[in-house]
Amino acid sequence: MNARDLLPLILVLSVLAALPFLGLSGSVLNFLVTTLIIALAGLGWNVLGGFGGQYSFGHAAFFGTGAYATAILQMKLGWNAWGALGAGIGLGALVGLAIGYLSFRAGLRGSYFALVTLAFAEVFRILANAADFTGGAAGLLLPLRPGLATLQFADRKLFYLLVLAFVGVALLISRWLERSRFGAHLIAVRENEEAARALGVDALAVKLRAIALSAAITGAAGGLYVQSFLYLDAGVAYGTWISVEALLAPIVGGIGTAFGPLVGALALQGLGEITKHLAGGVPGVDLVVFGACLIAVIAFAPRGLLGLRRRPRKARAVPVGA
Amino acid sequence: MLSVVSLTKRFQGLVAVDHASLAVPAGSITGLIGPNGAGKTTLFGMISGFLTPSEGRVLFEGQDVTAEAPHLRARRGIARTFQIVQPFAGLTVAENIAVGAYLRHPKRADAVAKAREVGTRVGLGDQLDKPASDLTVAGRKRLEVARALATEPRLLLLDEVLAGLNPSEIRDILPVVRSIRDGGVTILMIEHIMQAVMTLCEEVFVLAQGRMIASGPPRQVCADLQVIEAYLGKGAAARMKAEEAVDA
Ligand SMILES: Nc1ncnc2c1ncn2[C@@H]1O[C@H](COP(=O)(O)OP(=O)(O)OP(=O)(O)O)[C@@H](O)[C@H]1O
Ligand SMILES: [Mg+2]
Repeated sequence: MNARDLLPLILVLSVLAALPFLGLSGSVLNFLVTTLIIALAGLGWNVLGGFGGQYSFGHAAFFGTGAYATAILQMKLGWNAWGALGAGIGLGALVGLAIGYLSFRAGLRGSYFALVTLAFAEVFRILANAADFTGGAAGLLLPLRPGLATLQFADRKLFYLLVLAFVGVALLISRWLERSRFGAHLIAVRENEEAARALGVDALAVKLRAIALSAAITGAAGGLYVQSFLYLDAGVAYGTWISVEALLAPIVGGIGTAFGPLVGALALQGLGEITKHLAGGVPGVDLVVFGACLIAVIAFAPRGLLGLRRRPRKARAVPVGA
Repeated sequence: MLSVVSLTKRFQGLVAVDHASLAVPAGSITGLIGPNGAGKTTLFGMISGFLTPSEGRVLFEGQDVTAEAPHLRARRGIARTFQIVQPFAGLTVAENIAVGAYLRHPKRADAVAKAREVGTRVGLGDQLDKPASDLTVAGRKRLEVARALATEPRLLLLDEVLAGLNPSEIRDILPVVRSIRDGGVTILMIEHIMQAVMTLCEEVFVLAQGRMIASGPPRQVCADLQVIEAYLGKGAAARMKAEEAVDA
């Protein structure tokens, strides 16, 4: 990667880094933190789903693992928050590798793979809800102890910048996928697995690496989530809400592009906030507007919001007589 | 370079390839002909590793590769094209070829340069930045060849790369095939178009109903009229002779 490849990334990150210093209110800052965490989960999903074409409906499995590991290692084993977060990322990757090994080795693709990932996430949710060390149905409450070692900051700006740093790394990884051999192999497997294998691509190994990387990034989002809210239960950690957010953000923003998940998360979360305000007291109206906007994106911008700025593909060349 | 020893492939009841053997000498262009459904593509599948033989062995440069995965054979230097073209539809022509080039060139700049060079060599020079899905039939066939060639193979398996092309497109692509061989790549090609087989191949194998029924220099195989009539159907020999006359 050269400087030109990184320029858009540096620009976007600089703008986002400047935001909290514009005198935003606490609630706007909180909104941005949550949006960036969801963008991070989406960036993880996009590695496997967008670049690799393996659509997971169960990224909650990785998000939740990252979140629980980060919380439990601190609370039960007295780990430092940084170490716990690092372990959460590693465990997320391991869970990804295990699920990938079981499903890709069995040759699962398309909707079968999606359903299996969904099933894994649901099993984890049920287990976490029943087990003792996860706090069961009551959940876990991380004690409030501001400090660098506990990754809790009195100044919300600092936590925002920390999350943004993670988003920056995930964007860098995505950019690398667009510019590297591994990324080319991953995209080739998405486009046509047989043809890729004929060209020397070890399709299984590529998919396993992709799911591990994808799960690690989404696991990081889970760890940051629990650090942000200091509370976790099975429904939050392993619930379908995050599986859906993680896949909607890239699909709406631009699937298989580096910035897609970030754009999608900002658009969706922003829209959610606006409709909630406009709807006033009427419950459910925000969800209706939200759903309508989603349908509109899928109908009019099938390649996502970022796909709109590219000029439309020109018509097929006239076939030459055979 | 390549020897196939008594390969057999059964699909449930059907015997698609039946104890077929062939040998491809290094540096040659060898042909594989036979009627529709003879088992030619199935044989390619076993040579490239996509299909597991029911019986028999595949030897590449003296080593038994019968049980090896396709990507490992590609790394050894066996490349194939697909009869039904398999472009990476969402990528540009150059990006398609670069996937092949990455096999020997891990750095992006090198792989892209190699891809553009190979693309130009097969006549796709002015279409490198087009989406692969915009290519014509002839273009897609060239893309198949380019992608395989970009892996810098020692043995190239071409499965009917001329099928569906018009005579002028065929005339354009024949020198490309010959130049690939002259560049040091051994070629085994499945082809229905006898004129091309006659012009290009030094040796031809004839597969019919899964069995290898004849082999030798193309003219000699063609002269074996009885065999041809029996397996390729009435009139086939006459048709070949006519094509040969046109070619001469
Ligand atoms: N995967 C498969 N399962 C079952 N039967 C198959 C399979 N692949 C090929 N066959 C059968 O095996 C026989 C040989 O097919 P193959 O494609 O190898 O012939 P071919 O010589 O390449 O023919 P063509 O000239 O039409 O390309 C055919 O009868 C075909 O229907
Ligand atoms: Mg065939």
